Amino acid sequence: MNDVSATTTNIVRARGLAKRYGSTVALDRVDFDIAAGRIVGLIGPNGAGKTTALKAILGLAEFEGELSVLGLDPRTQRTQLMQQVCFIADVAVLPRWLRVSEAVDFVAGVHPRFSREKCLAFLARTKLQPTQRVRELSKGMIVQLHLALVMAIDAKLLVLDEPTLGLDILYRKEFYQNLLNDYFDEQKTILVTTHQVEEIEHILTDLIFIKDGRLIVNASMDQIGERYAEVMVGPDKVEAARALKPLNERGIFGKTVFLFDGVPQAQLAQLGELHKPSVADLFVATMKGTYA
Amino acid sequence: MNAPSEIRQAAMTKSNPMQTFLWLLKREYWEHRGGFFWAPLIAGGVVIAIALLSLVVAEATAARHGINLGGMNLDTIAHNMTADQIAQFNAGLTVGLMALSIPIMITLSFVVFFYLLGALYDDRRDRSVLFWKSLPVSDLDTVLSKVVAAVLVAPALAIAATIVLHLAFLILVSAYAGLHSVNPLPLLWNPAPLLAMWTKLILLIPLNALWALPTVGWLLLCSAFARSKPFLWAVAVPVAFGAVMGFTHLLQQLSIPSAWYWKNIVGRILFGVVPGGWFDIGGNGGIRALSTGDNVNIALDRFDLVNSLLSWNRILGALASPELWIGVAAGVALIVAAIAFRRHRVETSV
Repeated sequence: MNDVSATTTNIVRARGLAKRYGSTVALDRVDFDIAAGRIVGLIGPNGAGKTTALKAILGLAEFEGELSVLGLDPRTQRTQLMQQVCFIADVAVLPRWLRVSEAVDFVAGVHPRFSREKCLAFLARTKLQPTQRVRELSKGMIVQLHLALVMAIDAKLLVLDEPTLGLDILYRKEFYQNLLNDYFDEQKTILVTTHQVEEIEHILTDLIFIKDGRLIVNASMDQIGERYAEVMVGPDKVEAARALKPLNERGIFGKTVFLFDGVPQAQLAQLGELHKPSVADLFVATMKGTYA
Repeated sequence: MNAPSEIRQAAMTKSNPMQTFLWLLKREYWEHRGGFFWAPLIAGGVVIAIALLSLVVAEATAARHGINLGGMNLDTIAHNMTADQIAQFNAGLTVGLMALSIPIMITLSFVVFFYLLGALYDDRRDRSVLFWKSLPVSDLDTVLSKVVAAVLVAPALAIAATIVLHLAFLILVSAYAGLHSVNPLPLLWNPAPLLAMWTKLILLIPLNALWALPTVGWLLLCSAFARSKPFLWAVAVPVAFGAVMGFTHLLQQLSIPSAWYWKNIVGRILFGVVPGGWFDIGGNGGIRALSTGDNVNIALDRFDLVNSLLSWNRILGALASPELWIGVAAGVALIVAAIAFRRHRVETSV
């Protein structure tokens, strides 16, 4: 591999990325890389710095440190960047006066990588009518429209910030199914933040946990499976389990479930039944004390 | 193998800046169809309705008092008029039609003022700015499209509405004349003065645009800058500044009369979008000389009141005046500041 391919496989490269609002540190000199063809979940409690990081990547806010997205500087090359980057922020950011047909016409007019045919095909699967205005649509339908617009753009990086906030389960399932079946491929990269971790954990390839402006977990799902383990321990072995310094423990059916970080799985297997922890459990364990 | 696909890629990703800009203008029109298109038409419609009502009332009154307007023959009158008198009639007609269009111009001023105040604020308030910013459109193009919509698109549509109003009014008067067996064609429908007036209205759009730039820039800056209540920022800041200057007599200390501040600063950054604001600058003694009765009569005697109000001399005088170009420079600076704020300010506090 030469240098050129090395820089193109890393879609996002951040070194010492920092941002402060007055005395509050939103991002505390973080480093991370996002490779091509990954689906990265950026997970953190409210106010942890998720949105700040996304804004920096999208060139919507100033920041300190080094950041390159698709080899471009978001601060100075935002317009070129937006040809290759798509973005859905939480629901209802489409302007309320816009008609469905106008949205398609406008994006087709200004976006060189937009395919009207693709977009109309996606829209044909929904109940959206060309003359409808956004203000007449339900939240779920607005997201369908936005997703149809975005999936019709041949972009390298798709950034989703709480894309399914306030949607019912049917729309949420459909949203991620569409993304996986009709959009995602090895040429594309998706960076997603959400609080509904359970719904996306099976599609993620990478996980970043962010807390108080620092990255506390940054690993692929495979690495997470190797590193973290949950053990269901009977009352007799609880003390032995506690000696291994678990991240978290909780009671269930008279037994105790311990979550371990980096303890060899063979050793844990002697204590009880081994599980792969869910992202949600991992999240709760690692974020302990955030709001205290 | 790579070469053709790279070429195709390059062709595909090359966006046409002119095309993008036209789409941005179209976007502004879609969003503001009500203000840009319907408001001037409705203002014109109200004028026509009032004119119609007046004619009906006049007709009813005449009938009640047994006054007969018939028998007057405009044909004969036109025939017997001297060239001077015809020109005078045309001038009067032009003045009348211009006066009719004042409600449209006032409507346009209000529409453009509030359009500019909301142009870089409303989409931040409803967060749709995040959608617009997710597209490959520069902040420069976005802001410039709003400038062009305010100073070219909206005035052009208002002038189109004005022409429709003029035609509707002439038809109305003609129908009324016809009702009284008077042939309106030779006098009312003389195309030369009408076309001359309309052409001038259209040609004045760029001058009005240049004159409006300080207001455009100031309102866009407030719109891009304010985290809430852009109207308050736009109006309260210059007024409060003027009031403080007034109390402290600071401007007088600098031998600047406070009237100068109100006229040349506040007037220019808040009222520049009123069409024809450049009227009384540059040579020709200004509008005041013409507003005295004698001068109006003299002007009418010279058969071109409107032409003298909107004379080429006056227009060139405005174009040559430092007031105009200092304003243009200030307007450009304010627009540049608005673009800078647009870059990173995506939130409001509402």
